[in-house]
Amino acid sequence: MTSKVFKDAEAALFDMKDGVSVMSGGFGLCGIPENSILEIRRRALKNLHAISNNIGNSGRGLAWLLKEKQISRATCSYVGGNPDLEAQMLANEIDVTLVPQGTFSERIRAAGMGIRAFYTPAGYGTEIAEGKESRAFDMPCLLELPLAADFAIIKAQKGDPYGNLWFKETARNFSPLMAMAAKVTIVEVEQLVELGEISPEDVHLPGVFVQRIYQGADYENTIEIPIFKDET
Amino acid sequence: MGEVNVSGSQNHWSKNEMADQVVEMLHDGSSLNLGIGIPTLVAQRIPPEKGIWIHSENGVLGVAGRPTPESVSATLINAGKETISVKKGASFFDSAMSFGMIRGGHIDVCVLGGMQVDAEGSLANWMIPGKKVTGMGGAMDLVHGAKLVIVMLTHFSKRGDVKLLHRCTLPLTGKGVVHKIVTDLGVFTPTGESFQIDRLAPGVTEKQLGMTDTLLSSAS
Repeated sequence: MTSKVFKDAEAALFDMKDGVSVMSGGFGLCGIPENSILEIRRRALKNLHAISNNIGNSGRGLAWLLKEKQISRATCSYVGGNPDLEAQMLANEIDVTLVPQGTFSERIRAAGMGIRAFYTPAGYGTEIAEGKESRAFDMPCLLELPLAADFAIIKAQKGDPYGNLWFKETARNFSPLMAMAAKVTIVEVEQLVELGEISPEDVHLPGVFVQRIYQGADYENTIEIPIFKDET
Repeated sequence: MGEVNVSGSQNHWSKNEMADQVVEMLHDGSSLNLGIGIPTLVAQRIPPEKGIWIHSENGVLGVAGRPTPESVSATLINAGKETISVKKGASFFDSAMSFGMIRGGHIDVCVLGGMQVDAEGSLANWMIPGKKVTGMGGAMDLVHGAKLVIVMLTHFSKRGDVKLLHRCTLPLTGKGVVHKIVTDLGVFTPTGESFQIDRLAPGVTEKQLGMTDTLLSSAS
């Protein structure tokens, strides 16, 4: 049996090349695959199509790659809080496609689940409806197509050698969906555990969707906006 | 109160008082999504006994108050990327399920911020062409799913332009989707060609609203 377990990010990302599309999990900086992103920066891969909700935030995460001009195309839902992306966008240095977040996640899910298209009301009557087929059901809707990628880089709290994953709190967000939608899904985990250690009832993403897994290291796990009790 | 707003009036609700207007519209036990910005304040103003379930689109139902420095977790945030805690009975899920809750009509009330809102119930809150792009985030999905869509915004922009218009001039987030508007000066219902005044903040007069008579209609 070929093992899915790789030594580190360098080993796991060995065949990633310039010009590929890469989905990256995380909401803001919550649940981002820090090790894989830093490996892409180290290898200075260029002309990437990044697919991620925020394309980094507060100068970190995928913004590490934005600063090095490694991303030429971005598909995302939110730019606020990401000055690197907003600046490159307004200067026309990057090709950005903004997708409503629910449509974004459902398009990724559809790609992984074999759904060829779906109708949703989000965006009807707005700029993003331009050029899209619409149809009236109980309300007018837009036809949306699946969103797939060459690679998905995601992070989980725990994973086993088959690739079964368990996510912590709100770090799950887009990661299981992206894992289903990419040709090659590379997972980094805080804890690589033995097979069977994650109870079958607690598997958030079955290992069948995962091609490579490695034990990550040196996580920053940055809190973007720490607010505590009795503060506003 | 006391602080002077852009209109030059001292009579206006504070942001917390605006949040209280929203809380009054919530039925006990309902589910509620709160957008980024002023709407976030609503969470702090809900009495626990109302039993409201707060949803955040990054994948949590059952948001509670802020954490303590001891209990804070980097993986527990709301859609504004702020640290949160959760209450008993809370759940975590992926983004597709989160938006399924919204799109599928399972979330009762949604509160969003806005740059402009109009008499037709259309909302603009994601970009100013050539100047500013925040992106729509989940707003375009949220405005179509919830049974009650409330927009919270200051009545005037920093430049002094009124944000309640006959028709929005900025790119829309959704067309004809808003049910109630809460500003620092009052609560309004868009009725198509005008705004019905549901109530005004204490001491506020119609004159202060910066809107033409034809754009205003009083609650009957």
